[in-house]
Amino acid sequence: MSAPTRTRTSPAQAPAEASTPAPTAPALHRSTESAWATLRRGVALSPEFTRGLPVTVALAVVATLGKVIVPLAVQQIIDNGLLAEGGPDIGFVVATVALCTALVVVTALCSYLMNARLYQSTESGLATLRRTAFRHVHDLSVLTQNSERKGALVSRVTSDVDQISTFMQWGGILLIVSTGQLAIATVLMAVYSWQLTLLVWVCFLPLLFGVRWLQRLLSKAYLKVRERTGEMLGVIGETVVGAAVIRAYGTEERTARRIDRTVLATRNAQVKAQRLSMAVSPLAELVSAFTYAVVIAVGIWLGVIGSLTAGQLVAFLFLINLFVAPMTMATEIFNEAQNAIAGWRRVLGVLDTEPDIADPGASGTPLPHGPISIRFDHVNYAYPGGPRVLDDITVEIAPGSRVAVVGETGSGKTTFVKLLTRLMDPDEGKILLNGVNLREVAFSSLRSRVVLVPQEGFLFDSTLADNIRFARPEATDEQITEAITQLGLSEWLAGLPHGLATPVGQRGESLSAGERQLVALIRAYIADPDLLILDEATSAVDPATEVRIQHALDLLTRGRTSVAIAHRLSTAEAADEVLVFDRGRIVQRGTHAELVARPGVYADLHASWVRSSA
Amino acid sequence: MAQGPAAAKPDVSSRVFTEGMRILWIAIRTEPWVFSAAVAGAVLYAVAAVASASVLGAVAEQVILPAIMEQRTTVAAVATASAVVFAVGFLKALGLGARRFYAGLMQYRMQARYRRAVARRYLELPLAWHQRHPAGQLLSNANADVEATWQPLAPLPMAVGSTAMLVIAAGAMLATDLVLALVGFVVFPLLAIANLVFQRRVSPAATHAQALRSQVSEVAHESFDGALVVKTLGREDMETERFTRAAERLRDAQIRVGRMRAAFDPLLEALPNLGVLVVLLIGLIRLQRGDVTAGDIVQIAYLFTLLSLPIRSLGWLLGDLPRSVVGWRRVSAVLNAQGGTDYGKERLHGEGGLAVSVRNLSFSYADTSPADLGRDTLEGGRGLDATGNEETPRITVLRDVTLDLAPGKVTALVGPTGSGKSTLTMLLARLVDPDHGDVLVNGVDARRYAPGELACAIALVPQTTFIFDDTVRDNITLGLDVDDTEVWQALRLAHADSFVAALPRGLDTRLGERGTSLSGGQRQRLALARSLVRRPRLLILDDATSAVDPQVEARILGGLREADLAGATVVVVAYRRATIELADEVVYLEQGTVRDRGTHEELLARSPGYRRLVTAYEQAAQRRAAAASRSADQEAVR
Repeated sequence: MSAPTRTRTSPAQAPAEASTPAPTAPALHRSTESAWATLRRGVALSPEFTRGLPVTVALAVVATLGKVIVPLAVQQIIDNGLLAEGGPDIGFVVATVALCTALVVVTALCSYLMNARLYQSTESGLATLRRTAFRHVHDLSVLTQNSERKGALVSRVTSDVDQISTFMQWGGILLIVSTGQLAIATVLMAVYSWQLTLLVWVCFLPLLFGVRWLQRLLSKAYLKVRERTGEMLGVIGETVVGAAVIRAYGTEERTARRIDRTVLATRNAQVKAQRLSMAVSPLAELVSAFTYAVVIAVGIWLGVIGSLTAGQLVAFLFLINLFVAPMTMATEIFNEAQNAIAGWRRVLGVLDTEPDIADPGASGTPLPHGPISIRFDHVNYAYPGGPRVLDDITVEIAPGSRVAVVGETGSGKTTFVKLLTRLMDPDEGKILLNGVNLREVAFSSLRSRVVLVPQEGFLFDSTLADNIRFARPEATDEQITEAITQLGLSEWLAGLPHGLATPVGQRGESLSAGERQLVALIRAYIADPDLLILDEATSAVDPATEVRIQHALDLLTRGRTSVAIAHRLSTAEAADEVLVFDRGRIVQRGTHAELVARPGVYADLHASWVRSSA
Repeated sequence: MAQGPAAAKPDVSSRVFTEGMRILWIAIRTEPWVFSAAVAGAVLYAVAAVASASVLGAVAEQVILPAIMEQRTTVAAVATASAVVFAVGFLKALGLGARRFYAGLMQYRMQARYRRAVARRYLELPLAWHQRHPAGQLLSNANADVEATWQPLAPLPMAVGSTAMLVIAAGAMLATDLVLALVGFVVFPLLAIANLVFQRRVSPAATHAQALRSQVSEVAHESFDGALVVKTLGREDMETERFTRAAERLRDAQIRVGRMRAAFDPLLEALPNLGVLVVLLIGLIRLQRGDVTAGDIVQIAYLFTLLSLPIRSLGWLLGDLPRSVVGWRRVSAVLNAQGGTDYGKERLHGEGGLAVSVRNLSFSYADTSPADLGRDTLEGGRGLDATGNEETPRITVLRDVTLDLAPGKVTALVGPTGSGKSTLTMLLARLVDPDHGDVLVNGVDARRYAPGELACAIALVPQTTFIFDDTVRDNITLGLDVDDTEVWQALRLAHADSFVAALPRGLDTRLGERGTSLSGGQRQRLALARSLVRRPRLLILDDATSAVDPQVEARILGGLREADLAGATVVVVAYRRATIELADEVVYLEQGTVRDRGTHEELLARSPGYRRLVTAYEQAAQRRAAAASRSADQEAVR
């Protein structure tokens, strides 16, 4: 859902962190840097921003000068040409008009070039920023990724980056030009009268503080708008996603009241924020009107006591205009700058988070070839801030063996396989694959030799073939078909409407849960790993698919080391060895036949399996 | 892996203009006072802006010059001068503030009004309509589309004020000098044409960029959603490349839009300036001939400079119109969608389990794939079908189904995927109405019951559960007036009490996306408790315990039989044999028709399809066991 909004009330930036559970999880970095430091680092993140900046600034200066000079020149033509004493001065008028025309054209040209260059550099810089941040998100560990809502992560590479664009395209350059204009205006004014210049500054300074104060209120107001909008969209979402529940339980009236309440609350928050934001420009108008009034009064007095001529005062009054424009602009620029800094802060929050599971990269060891042996050596693990979930695990798994891991929910079996795939690192102890410490294995080697098939096989919104190919991009359609046939699934493939080209829908939702699992298995098969780790699905699929999955699994694990979290009796039965987890420890170990015969955790589990599926 | 954008070129024709004006007129009619206040603000600002120039001139001439020349003045004169200058500035500020505030107010009011209308319409529209429209699209109808529709309200008051000023200025120029006015009549249409050309070129480019922007977001969303798969297969580089491609397409589109803006803005500024210069030249000639006075020329030149800003505000308004029209069409499609659920006046009497009879029932879905929807651009109304009654092919799901559910009995619905079981449960709960045939509840047509009657008595627990962004308690009660004892009782029956008790704040724990997340099995158990707390007279479980551990499932279903459900009628959709065996009767469905019904044993004996389905898993296990014992034998022999 992308809301192309021009107002700054996008719900994408709802403050998700505040209510996210597990506050002890390794969350994204929170910057405490000053606004100025953030701005400097932010600009430095994309070299495109500053490339060729001197030329752009020069163009901007010319364009701004042109904007100031043209009306002045027109004034000259009128005053000294048309209304010249002793009749219109034709020569002067024609000459100045020609000059003016040239000036107008040059100004327009410079203005075009400046803006075109700005768009080019800004958009290129933003694209770089997006890419850097996106890549970094993927480099973060699973735990860090899960500490944020997915939508909040997405906004770090989308709307947060977009927030920077207005400032870079418009505010940044104007800041430079306006500062220049302000300086020039001040100097020119001071030439006429330093007293009046001082007066103008004294009048305008409070405005700057006032605007800052207003902006602090404003950012609070916008935060509220985002919160309310988030709530409202949540309720509207319920009417859509929960349509069946609402009808089934007859809660239409209650939902309608919630709609009314949240829509109204959003509107009120918006109006409140609008009241503050619209106050800025009138305030600037008011201050400038006040300044004019005071300057006129004081100016006349200065004139009367003889320290200022009438011409000087009139000229000064004109110069105030030159001063007011960048001053009013400054309030808007500050607004944009604050937005941009907020955006950069959030992007930097991603970039400043060190990946806690680091790839040893080039200095890493590749895994020796052949079937993989596993050794856990006194491994302990606790989730950040949580109790210990794996307690002194020491276990050795021979190359080529099929191992089933069983245990109740919360016994530590999922953590066991997460450590095995290095989604997390153990707190204490070592994990060795073929005798090499897992921490020293280069990711390129690890990810191609060790493959995890998660419970919910995520599919991308593309074709079946593309999804399978995700594991091995160079695989041809023939190879994929061959793999499917080898897994005994050719009949299923033939039943799909477009075969390999069948679109799977968002998250694979055009396929059934069982079919999604099949695709994940094919994907693992085509990756051809030496160590296969499976987290089997619990949810009941229809029996025909279930049998298919079981069959494919048998073929997939043949000839490789495999570790499967077993939710089904059959997996445990078919394994060479069963590891029984209970409260973070391995309490039993042996073949299915051995364990069933012995009283204990496994025998109990087995009994309940038999009861439910017989 | 999202493909290129399907954003069609929006046509910026006169049709869009008239339609856009109609939309604006709706807003003006709805909020006449707010609109008037905003326009008044715009006019006040314009008048004060014009006045401020002449006031400053007058002050210079009448107060400053004489005072300084004569080296004396009166406090009264200086005070008056200052006061007048300040007053004009104050009016300017007042006008500016009023225009902005009331324009915003109007915009937000209209947004709120239509968001509310759209969301309430979602509540009224039948489930069948919801099923035809993807959730993402409906959400953006209520959010982005409503917002886009009323976006032009922000520049509207200023544009209206400007138009008035243009007319007045044109009159003033005509009155001053015909020939010089003609220059204006050349320059201003030129500006209008430049504006139009710009809108024509920029709108499609901007729409395109907007589509690319949402693609960038889609790619990121999908990639982060699948982060685990990306990570475990080591595909970070590939994903970054995919994202970079999307980001670069957006960059190029944005640069293209930016270039056009960069070219247009200076042009808009230059045109009036050039116009002034032309006026001065021609004016000079006419001055020499004595056709005009110098004052006339100055006045017209002044009018020119004054008018360049209002012209731009018209441009902003026109620029927002195409998006507004697209948004409005999509919003109206929802508001005008036909359908609703018809109710009668019947009351549901008595107590205990409901008797339900299904008579010759048929049901079909419209075959609209989500891809057909939501692709509507300005290319006319294709896409969202407003009525849902278009000639779309229909897929028959249930055919001539006749069925009786006796009060207090448990019936199992069994059948392969796609046999129509879930649809049948929805018909039983009257979430949808049949195309043909009837569903009779206690002998009365379900359509004749008053609103809420059936909803109170029938509880359907679907396979995928919806959890509201609310507390556990509210998710269970859904506004029903029950105390916590009853809530806990229902949770106990659903075997959800222990995990709820372990939640940080018990019943007050917030669930949903911004709250604690639950596992699939936990969600299902909550949904079950939600149904049980209502003490339904007909309980329908549509594979409602599929994500629950088999052990727990057996305990839940066992508990239901013993529980005080006052002899409720129960329908279960099931695959697991243990579940099926709990039923008094099994109804076996295949391809939308009832193939057989009877007890589990009867069907096992006489229905080959049923036998295959129910025993598929056991057979596989047996095959494996046989293979295992063979290899064990072989080993023993060795």
